Parts: sequence; C-alpha cells; structure tokens
Amino acid sequence: MELTLWTYEGPPHVGAMRIASSMKDIHYVLHAPQGDTYADLLFTMIERRGQRPPVTYTTFQARDLGGDTAELVKKNIKEAVERFKPKTLLVGESCTAELIQDQPGALAKGMGFDMPIVNLELPAYSKKENWGASETFYQLTRTLLKEKVSSSDKINPLRWRELGRRPKVNILGPSLLGFRCRDDVIEIQRILSEQGIDTNVVAPLGASPDDIERLIDAEINICLYQEIAEASCEWLKRNFGMEYTNTIPIGIKNTIEFINEVHKKLDLPLTNKEELENKSKLPWYSKSVDSNYLTGKRVFIFGDGTHAIAAAKIAKEELGFEVVGLGTYSREMARQVRATAKDLNVEALITNNYLEVEDAMKKAAPELVLGTQMERHSAKRLGIPCSVISTPMHVQDVPARYSPQMGWEGANVIFDDWVHPLMMGLEEHLIDMFKHDFEFVDGHQSHLGHTATNTNDSLNSEKRKEKNSKEGIIWTESGRAELTKVPFFVRGKVKTNTEKYAILRGIPEISDETLYDAKAYFS
Amino acid sequence: MSKVEFNKETGPREVFCGLTSIVWLHRRMPDAFFLVVGSRTCAHLIQSAAGVMIFAEPRFGTAILEEKDLAGLADAHEELDRVVNDLIARRPEIKTLFLVGSCPSEVIKLDLATVAEKLNKRFLGQVRFVNYSGSGIETTFTQGEDGALKALIPLMESSNEEKLLLVGTLANNVEDRFKKIFRNLGISKIESFPPRQSTELPKIGKNTKVLLTQPYLSDTVRDLKHRGCEIISAPFPLGIEGSTKWFLAGAKAFKISELKVHEIISPLINRAKLALDSHKEILKGKRLFLLPESQLEISLARFLHNECEMDLIEVGTPYLNKDLMKEEINLLPDNTKIVEGQHVEKQLDRVRESNPDLVVCGMGLANPLEAEGISTKWSIEMVFSPIHGIDQAADLAGLFSKPLKRNQILTSKTLVTH
Repeated sequence: MELTLWTYEGPPHVGAMRIASSMKDIHYVLHAPQGDTYADLLFTMIERRGQRPPVTYTTFQARDLGGDTAELVKKNIKEAVERFKPKTLLVGESCTAELIQDQPGALAKGMGFDMPIVNLELPAYSKKENWGASETFYQLTRTLLKEKVSSSDKINPLRWRELGRRPKVNILGPSLLGFRCRDDVIEIQRILSEQGIDTNVVAPLGASPDDIERLIDAEINICLYQEIAEASCEWLKRNFGMEYTNTIPIGIKNTIEFINEVHKKLDLPLTNKEELENKSKLPWYSKSVDSNYLTGKRVFIFGDGTHAIAAAKIAKEELGFEVVGLGTYSREMARQVRATAKDLNVEALITNNYLEVEDAMKKAAPELVLGTQMERHSAKRLGIPCSVISTPMHVQDVPARYSPQMGWEGANVIFDDWVHPLMMGLEEHLIDMFKHDFEFVDGHQSHLGHTATNTNDSLNSEKRKEKNSKEGIIWTESGRAELTKVPFFVRGKVKTNTEKYAILRGIPEISDETLYDAKAYFS
Repeated sequence: MSKVEFNKETGPREVFCGLTSIVWLHRRMPDAFFLVVGSRTCAHLIQSAAGVMIFAEPRFGTAILEEKDLAGLADAHEELDRVVNDLIARRPEIKTLFLVGSCPSEVIKLDLATVAEKLNKRFLGQVRFVNYSGSGIETTFTQGEDGALKALIPLMESSNEEKLLLVGTLANNVEDRFKKIFRNLGISKIESFPPRQSTELPKIGKNTKVLLTQPYLSDTVRDLKHRGCEIISAPFPLGIEGSTKWFLAGAKAFKISELKVHEIISPLINRAKLALDSHKEILKGKRLFLLPESQLEISLARFLHNECEMDLIEVGTPYLNKDLMKEEINLLPDNTKIVEGQHVEKQLDRVRESNPDLVVCGMGLANPLEAEGISTKWSIEMVFSPIHGIDQAADLAGLFSKPLKRNQILTSKTLVTH
C-alpha cells in the first residue's frame, strides 16, 4: 500500500484510452464502474476535444456483483458494436473489474464478431498509464499484423531504390495527452519531407486500423516517444525486420543526429548537412552576447524519461547551463535516465512522489526548474522560475499556437520557454533594485508568488541589521555607502564575504576600505 | 403531487462516483483528512476532478492498493495501519480521519469499520477515525457527502436542547446569511452539520429540528430520525421560491408566524427579483435538458422553470428519493419528464432529437455537445459555487444564462473542433 497525495501517471487503462481516443474507427469497451468515466474529462477538458473518447463503460454496480456481470459485459459489447460499428474492438477492464475476473476479452471473442478484437490485460495494481498506452499500442499492432508475419520477407530498408520511389517511414508514438505531440508530428514530417522522405503512417494519433495494417509498406519506423512506441517498434523489427530510430529529435544536436540516423538506416545521402546548423535560431541566440548570463545557470530537471533526458542534453550542451538535478517518474526509462545523470555527475531521482522531487529541488538550489506542472507549483512555492517540459498534461500544455518541442521550431520554442522565465527572474531583481523610485510605490505583484516578494522583506531586514550584524561587526557609514554601489546581483555575496573577512582579521568596523581589502582577499 | 412522469433507465453511465464529494468536504472541515483506500484510478479521479496541484499537502490522499495487498486481507489491514501511522506522524494537525472505501476495497471486502475501531483505540484523544464508502458501485457523486455525514452521526452527543440544525455543506457566506435570517426571526440556537471544524459536532436529540440544505442526504436523514430529530419537510433553498418556502417551513417548526417571515425576507425577495430579471430575459422560453449527476437536478429544474420560465425537456437524476423530494416534485409543472438512472447513449440520442437550447451535464460531455452546436452548463460548478438562498438566486440563474449569452456573442454556432 502506498500513500499517494498526487500521482504523475494515471492507471494503465487510461493509457489504453489514450490510444483508443487518438485513433479512428476503434472502440474500447471497458469493464468498469461508473466513477471511472471521469477519465473522459481528461480528453474533453484538458485536450478540449470536441468528441467523446470512444469508450463504453459497462457501469456495473454493487447489486450486479451477486448476479451475472458477465452478461452485463456482453450486453454492453453488443450495443457498442451495433452503435459505433468499429473496425477493431478493444476490450479490457479497470482496477475493480480486474478483481471480479469476468475476462471480458475472452467473452467478446466468443460473441462471433468478424472484426479483430484486442484483449487488453493491463494489471492495474502494478502498472501505470504510460505502460498501459505502450501495451495497448503493441497489442493492437500485433493483432492487426500477426497474420502477415509468415507471409512477408524481412523488409529491406534499401528497397525504396528498387521500387523507384522516395523512402517511406512510419512515425510511431504520438498520442493524445502526450506532451505537444500534435505539433511534433507536423515538425518531424516537415523535416523528413525536406530530406526527400515520405511519411507512410503516423500512429496512433489520427490512424485507423487500416493504417496499422499498412505499417509494413514503410522501410523503417521513427520511434518518436519510447514510452509509447518502443515495444511496437521492437515487435515490428523482430517480425518484419523493420529498423527503428533511437534518437529523439529534441534540441539541435539531437535533431541533426536524428536526421543522420534516418539517412544512415535508409542509405540515403545527406545533401544539406551545412544548412542544418542554421535551421533553428537556437544556436545563434545562445551564442549572442545577450545570452552570456545564461552560462552556468543551475538547472533542475524532472519529467517523463524522453523529455527529461533531452532537456539535460540541451541544457548542458546547447545553452551552457549546469544541470544540478535530473529525474523521472518513468520507471520504465530509469536505466537511461541514470546513465544520463551519471554523465552529468548528478544522482538520478527516480520517483513517483512529488514531495521527494520538491525536497531534491530545494536541496539542489537551482536557478531554473524544468519539470511537469507539479514542479511548476513546487518551484513557485520556492520562488524559482520554471518552465514545463513534460506530461502530465494541463490545459496550458495544449496551446492554441503551433508549439512543438521537436525539430528546428521545437528548439526555437524551447529557447523562448526556458529563457523567458529567467529573464522574468532578472526583472524581479531590477524591480527590487528600483523599488524606492517613485514609479514603484507599491502593489507590484510578483509572478513568482509570495516567496519572491518575501525575499524583499528579508533584504530589508538584512539592511536593518547592517548596523550591528550578529558577530558584533559594525558597518560604518562609508562601508554601507560603498555596499549600496555594488551591483544588486552580487551585493549579498559581497556583504557576506566582507563580514567573513572582517571576522577572520578581527576587524570590528567595516569601512569602504575593508570592502576593497576583502575583495582583493577573495579574488 | 403534480402529474409528473417518472421513468427509470439503466445502462452505461457518465457520472462521478461518491469519492468526488471529498473535493468540497475537505474544504468544509479543514481539520479533517480524507484517506481513500483504493487504486491509482481513485487517486487520479480525485486529482483530475479537483485540480489539486495548488496544494502543497492536500487534506486528502489515497492509500493505493498494490498486488501484495490483494493477496491476503490480513496483510492489507496491516499495511493500512502503517500508512495511517505515517500519515498522522507527518500531519499532527489532523483531528478526524475519514477512511473512505472505494470500488476495489469494497470488492475485496476490506473491513474499514474494524480498522477504524482499532485505530480509534490507539489514537484515543488525538485523532478520531470514521469510515464510509464513496465507491462507484454504490454511490454517485454527491452521495459521498451523505455517506460522510452519516458516518459522523454516531459521534454526535445527545441533547434535548431545542435547536435548528441546517444539514448539508453550504458555502460559508451563505451559511452565515441563513443563520442571520433565522436569528432575526427569533430562533436562538442554530447549528450546522457538517460543522466548520470536524471536532465541533452539534449535539442532537428529540428537540433538534432538521432543515436540509441539500437534496442528496437520504441516509443521513434516516439516521438523524433514529436519533429522534424532527425532519422539517420543505423544498430546498435554491431560488427565491424554494428559499422562501424553506424559510417558512423552518419558521413554522418554531411556531413563528408567516407574517414575521415575510416581514424579514420581503426586502430580500424584492431585490432578488430585480437582480433575476436580466437573466430571466435570456432564459425565458429556452428549452432545457438536464443530464443526471449532482442530484440537484430536480430543484434546479423547478427554479429554472418557475422563476426563469425555461421549458423542461427532460430532468435526469442519478437517484431519486421520492419521499425526500416530495415538496420539490409538487412544485414542478405537470407532465415534467423525470428520468432516474442513465443510459448515456440513449439519453444523448434524446438530447440531439429534442434540440435543446441548454444542456446541464458533466465535464466529459460538455465540449462534445458544444462541438455539436448545443450550449451546455457543467453541473460540477453547482456544488462549488454559493448558489443557495434568496440573495444568490440571480447568481444561480447566471450560471445558466452565461453560456447562452456567450453563444449570442460568438455568432457562429458550430465551431471547427479537433
């Protein structure tokens, strides 16, 4: 039993719903009590979907338990098939139904339908949402393609040449309630098409069962999100010899590496290598003198595996930050996150407990947090700027504008999304610096919440204490005057260092000269 | 009783379970903690319905059952013990801990009553433990509050002091208004259940006169009756009409004259009518379809028809207690179609066929209906907003007129959706 106040991932059947809702011509009969229908609002409210998820809940009640819940399942399956006429039916159960063991998948298969039926067994008491999504996509792919396994030869990734056409790839993994998937797909298709590569199928987002059956018309698979698509990619590789990509194209370096990987797998010569560096504004923006202040900014990263690993690489190599914390709630990707963390000389945090993450954040004392919506709230409490890089989804993570994370435009979006909160942080300091000017009488609302404004109070109280600091050291008039001339962002440090120096040397009164003595001593 | 048409329907539903009521109960009693004993689904449901990220440490949580807990019940009880100990160590401010049963805990027959009893002995004088079920196999949405209140009744001491007891969670400002009005009417002792602190439970007995503020408290009412309380029969205090009749019924139980009531509430009624007019202009003649969710549907239908002149197509309710709703049903227009239970697909067919101007529904259905060009009002807002009383009648009407007004502003009725 695990005490949970808040959870990063839902149960595995919500993962299955993500796959079903992402696709066309599919219906999911879920053996579940009425309360489980809450999951619909994830799609209709957070994603603002104008359609209901294609899910029928059997809605069994306590009084049904003594009787025949299996009959109830069959009735619901029959009605759902008649009403929605799906091309493929998913059948499964949520946590409570798993306990009563009606085996709805087996029941459905015995009802004599001629459409493919996917029996989903998603253990609700040990697995979570992303695993459920991955398993569902895998079972669906397997069910729809297993008959073609023996009859087809292994796919030669170079066959596009013999066939006299452009190479074709599948983009696998994007789904509803995935972070910016809608826009990543557009960006990646654009990049591939510029390289003369056609997209065969995008799945599960927007795909139908017919499209899944067409997956083997492509030469290779693009595994866009490992959490969702790796199991399916692996199965397609094992049974059809389809290669798949390992590089996640988030950030400039990874996007270029991704393009190289695709070309290599397809044996396609890369013609515009030099151009690639200039496709995004990130490299130049990061190089421009204005970004000098980004150097060594301490950044704490937590999210799903895919986005956390990518963020660490961008932070360190492309923006010149120092990664002071890295973690994920994706246990399935713990190994990879640990490896990345090791390269960065930090210890990986693998947890589903947001309070643990907040503690680690506090200890790491970062200047920027890259996390989920929960880390945004934690960072706000700690007065630290934050940018959201990962699910779980919030309505704010489905922006109206085009806003990918992947590819060239993704890198642009990332530069803006990560750097602007830092600039806002700088603005806070400026406001603090000028707060005695008449333009700033009062009522300035900090975007960082109350903590940030509290630092003003602590500065004020520090100033009051300046005359007699705790070690009995006195700041003279000249010393205090000099201290106010020190730029605000180092003033605190100068003050501490000077006092430290004074104690060290047994100097009872700090004058302007002491300040300079200390400066020379510590430099 | 007016000639109302009663129907029952079964099938797939689209409603929340009783766990959802924790979302407002924990705000009502800040010294209580609600510990759901359930699955990851339960935890995910509450956080999705409540948007809990704004709290550093919310006053509710889930003890998530894992595979090893299902293997043996003895171990599960021990595990729950451990979780509760940890929780109380970390949150010493908790005065009452609700152990809330869920669908999985009911199915595996986890005996929360025995666990609560044991814990009560151990934490005697420090924390009180009560248990109830918010499971979706037994309760819908607001019925969770019924379960929580019923669980507190055995902790209430007996007293024969004459008092008015307002039963059902209200917004604090509304509660204050109600108490002030009753005081002005000359009732000296007025208390609320649930109280604002879980430890300040009212004493009850044969001179306790209960006035319900919410229509979903069947089990609580039954147990209060067993304790000798007198249940005052009245419609619910929604809208001017309902609130007026509610005040009158309350006053009558204390032998206060109607004249006196009118004297005190007439100025309120007059200004409320004025405030209601602008909403009525928008709502008048519009056709309304209420899908079942909060159990407030019948009272809302009565208000929106009688005071806002809307036409009622269908009034859905997840559960109907005809006895408790008698006064409300009497106020409904003849031939009102009430449907208890749900077959969501068939009901949505009827929505589309009847082409309503406004549908009251849950959050899972609102955007899909909007995308079809049908205006909606999501019902969960009714349980979060202060809507009770004469002074709030215009605000209540506003919840329904706003989507219609918005629709008028945005001229194109059907938007492209994705």
